[in-house]
Amino acid sequence: MTTLPTQTAKKLGLVIDLDTCVGCHACVTACKGWNTENYGAPLADTDAYGANPVGSFLNRVHSYEVQPDTGPAQLFHMPKSCLHCDDAPCVTVCPTGASYKREEDGIVLVNESDCIGCGLCAWACPYGAREMDPSEGVMKKCTLCVDRIYNENLPEDDRQPACVRTCPAGARHFGDFADPESNVSQLVAERGGMDLMPEQGTKPVNKYLPPRPRDETPEFDVLAPFLEPVAEEATGFLGWLDRTLSKVS
Amino acid sequence: MHPAPSIIIFTVLSGLGFGMLTFLGFNTDAPTGWTAFWFFFIAFVLSVGGLLSSTFHLGHPERALKALTQWRSSWLSREGILALAALGVMALYAAALVFFQRQFSVLGFLGGGLSLLTIYATSMIYAQMKTVPRWNNWSAPVLFLGYALTGGALLTGKVWLVLILLPILAVVQIVAWFDQDRREAAAETTIATATGLGQIGKVRAFESPHTGDNYLTKEMVFRIGRKHAAVLKVISLFLFAALPLLLLLLPFHHMLAIIAVLAHLAGVVVQRWLFFAEARHAVSTYYGR
Repeated sequence: MTTLPTQTAKKLGLVIDLDTCVGCHACVTACKGWNTENYGAPLADTDAYGANPVGSFLNRVHSYEVQPDTGPAQLFHMPKSCLHCDDAPCVTVCPTGASYKREEDGIVLVNESDCIGCGLCAWACPYGAREMDPSEGVMKKCTLCVDRIYNENLPEDDRQPACVRTCPAGARHFGDFADPESNVSQLVAERGGMDLMPEQGTKPVNKYLPPRPRDETPEFDVLAPFLEPVAEEATGFLGWLDRTLSKVS
Repeated sequence: MHPAPSIIIFTVLSGLGFGMLTFLGFNTDAPTGWTAFWFFFIAFVLSVGGLLSSTFHLGHPERALKALTQWRSSWLSREGILALAALGVMALYAAALVFFQRQFSVLGFLGGGLSLLTIYATSMIYAQMKTVPRWNNWSAPVLFLGYALTGGALLTGKVWLVLILLPILAVVQIVAWFDQDRREAAAETTIATATGLGQIGKVRAFESPHTGDNYLTKEMVFRIGRKHAAVLKVISLFLFAALPLLLLLLPFHHMLAIIAVLAHLAGVVVQRWLFFAEARHAVSTYYGR
């Protein structure tokens, strides 16, 4: 059913820390690996070793340069995957009922045996979270590793999305946003977690933590007056050299 | 947006076909026998051909019937159901006219109404996309209905109506182009809101996630169309409106009418190509394009 649930018991999702992410793409690789070997159609690559390789990914890392009014530009890395929106426009446009949002935990999934590959959900998503698989012709998207987080065959440490488990910087966190005491809810409260494209009205569950203000190089040092150059004009041999070279050049 | 030929052909042909069916349905003095056969034949070839063409871009066309299940929320599902209902009712109406020389006006009105609703449902597939400011407004339904009805009137030989509709359509199209440009320029979604980094300073895409293209950039970050947009708009206006108007005002001749229809069709194809190629999707902000 492609109508959205009015509310979900849990709101599982990710917090991504833009202050901590180093842009190593480990989450991209871990995601591609897990989701190729496990649930659903494998994430295909076409022409993988050729001139024009293209493949489907559920998670991609962009990099942005931000130029403040003063000071040097700053660089941020932004991993982007499905934000499991409360008001997911990708779900309601689906003509077959293949796309749905789960009532129990809010995860947005695609039932691949019902997907006709029309691509309308990818049009409806402002975040670019859905990609058509080039080989299977069905829509692929982040499942929040639904086959890991409830998987009792895995050690408890591993029952979290592959991207979160692998992140070497600790920039990704997984949890239940419906619980105000959860790790993710507290991080959002402490650090002012934000929505991407709030104006699109999708009410994303995933939140991004804004970068903390950068340290600024002080304009002057308390010792600076004592370290002022003693002589502004060169004298002696260096002075002669400076004058001579200035004539030549 | 990527202007996929299958979708351009679908929207143009099925629009024309259902436009024709609308006029054939809402007709108190419908043709019968062979004349009726040819009118309905052309209308069905266009509408059914368009629908079939739309299945060519599907990853799994064999599951297409599943698309009839989600009418509660999905405009694409509604379009499919309305199209089949319209074609079914019009098939009965046409059979009675062609084989029994009988006109069941109730069926005609019902089928005509369903045909109009089908065109509207097609347009809403685009108009509902909040991610595409160029589409997410009045212009998509008004233009889709406008082109379908004008083309339908032209193909059913309602010359006096075409002479009224064509200039109106041309004006509406020009207003829509300017309005769409304005909406796209004023779009709330920018690279600052997309990344949430706008508070710090001016944001610029520094590096893409990958060096090549991907499904998203191929499907939704199409850029070639905007380069020649102004010239193409003039060509489209000339072909779909100016030339047919001129030809229809000349003394009637079947050859002139056929050229008028073909010119109109070509103009609508150019218009529809621009409708897709010019449209900028919100996801392009992430790619800095």
